[in-house]
This record gives sequence, structure tokens and C-alpha cells, in this order.
Amino acid sequence: MKISYVKILSFSVILFILIVFFISLNRNTIYDTRKLVGQKLNKFEMNSLLDESLVNSEIITTSEYTLINFFASWCYPCRKEHEFLVKLGKESNKLNIVGVNFKDKKSDALKFLKNYKNPYSSVAQDKDGKASISFGIYGIPESILVNKEFIIIKKYLGPLNNEYYKEILELTN
Amino acid sequence: MKILIIILSLSLISQKVNSQVDNQFQMNIYKNIRCLVCQGQSIADSNSDFAQTIKLVIDDKIKEGKNEDEIYEFLISKYGEWIVYRPELKKTNFFLWFFPYIALLLGGILILSLFRKKNLKNKK
Repeated sequence: MKISYVKILSFSVILFILIVFFISLNRNTIYDTRKLVGQKLNKFEMNSLLDESLVNSEIITTSEYTLINFFASWCYPCRKEHEFLVKLGKESNKLNIVGVNFKDKKSDALKFLKNYKNPYSSVAQDKDGKASISFGIYGIPESILVNKEFIIIKKYLGPLNNEYYKEILELTN
Repeated sequence: MKILIIILSLSLISQKVNSQVDNQFQMNIYKNIRCLVCQGQSIADSNSDFAQTIKLVIDDKIKEGKNEDEIYEFLISKYGEWIVYRPELKKTNFFLWFFPYIALLLGGILILSLFRKKNLKNKK
């Protein structure tokens, strides 16, 4: 039997196109940085929101785990997640919570912490948002769970909820 | 006096040329960075908050003397390879880079075979 290379080639091309379409159309195309775990955080240094001191990466070495939470007073979902941060601060012994106030007015941020309680051991200020780029932040609220060795264990995009709260407790206890 | 005017004019021209080159360099990077919160836009085309902040960071990196690749490397380490429109050639994306050439070659072979077949038929 004579093999027609042209037919095989045409068939392969059509099959390839169909496979590409099938995979592409069934794939989740919304990109996020959740998969970027296992990376090491760079050293950082930012002004403190609460006083004239500096908040630097040394703070990560003071506890077994650190949850870095990016928030702002103008961000409504941040208000919703705040109760979970307060609960985590009370219930997890190995977890240190550090806040990064993102593109906010100092007075508004302080008012926010007064009204909704302050679950953070330190609060850094990122006025222009440039420091947050070094953490791979592209919207707030976002939270990054890191260990003592600065390795990212988990990234939480969007507000923390009951499911994430339980997961953080499991991971850190 | 004439010499002074010439020197001044030359320095002004060179400054303008330098700033145009810098702007072009900056724009090339902006165009290759994807705005992660937008739909199919580079940060050059977007005025979103994210795009504005990334632009500030890129400007800082340029001022620090970082080259294009170093800037991409920094952003890829923070946001993943998706942030650049033109990904680096790696083992994992080898097919992506060379598929157009392979497709062109296969297409060429296909067309050539069809022509040869047609010619043979005509001769018969």
C-alpha cells in the first residue's frame, strides 16, 4: 500500500490545530502569581507607619512563620479580611503578622487600624507602591506566608476568608 | 564668543539626542511588559495603577544602570514569565520559539509535494 505523505502531513496539521484549540479553550487564562511559591523573598526596608523607625526583613527571622499582609484603608475587601487577621494573631503562636500599608494616607491608615484593631506586630508604609513590586504584588489585599528562611510558602490573592484562615492555621501550627 | 555658542548648541543637541535614546529604551521595555490587571495591554498602553507603579520601578532600575535583560529578570522573578510578552528562549519553551519555522518548513514541503503530484499527473 502506497503511503501518501501529503495526506499524513495534512491530517497531522489539522489534528495539531484541533489539539491546540481544545487545550487553549479549556485552559484557565486568568493569570495569577499563586504558583510562584518556593521563591526566596528579597531583603527589604520600609518606613514604619506607627513611628519613626524602619521595618526591615530582619522581622521575618523573629518567628517561625510570617504573614505579610498588604492592605489599605480605601480597600473595601481589606475590611472584610481584617477579622481573620485579628483571629490569626490571637490563635497562632508560631505566626507573626506584618502589615504593609499600600498607597494610603497615614492618617487614614491609622484610623483604619484604630477602628478594626491592629493584628500586626509591625506595619510598614509603602506610599508609592514601589516596594510592593519587590514582593510581586499586583492588587490588594494580598498576603504572603513565608518561613524563617524567607521562602514563600503560600500566596493569597484577594481577601482572606474562613477557608484561607483555616489553611494558615494548619500550615503554621 | 562664536566658539562658545557652537559648544553650547552642540551640547544642547547631544542632550536632546540622549534623552530621545533614553525614552526609546524606556518605551521598548514598557511595550514588552504585560499589564497583569488589564486585558491584552502592555504597561505602555495602560494607565492602570499597576502599570503606573511598574513604570516607576522600571525608571528606577534604568537610573540604577540596569540593562533590559536585568530588568526583565527582576520582573520575571516577581511575577513569572507571563509578565513579558517576549519570553526568553529556554528548554521549556523551545517549541514555542521554533514552531513557526517548523510550520513554515512543513507547509513548504506540503505545497511542494502537491505541486509535484500535480505535475506528475499532468505529464501522464
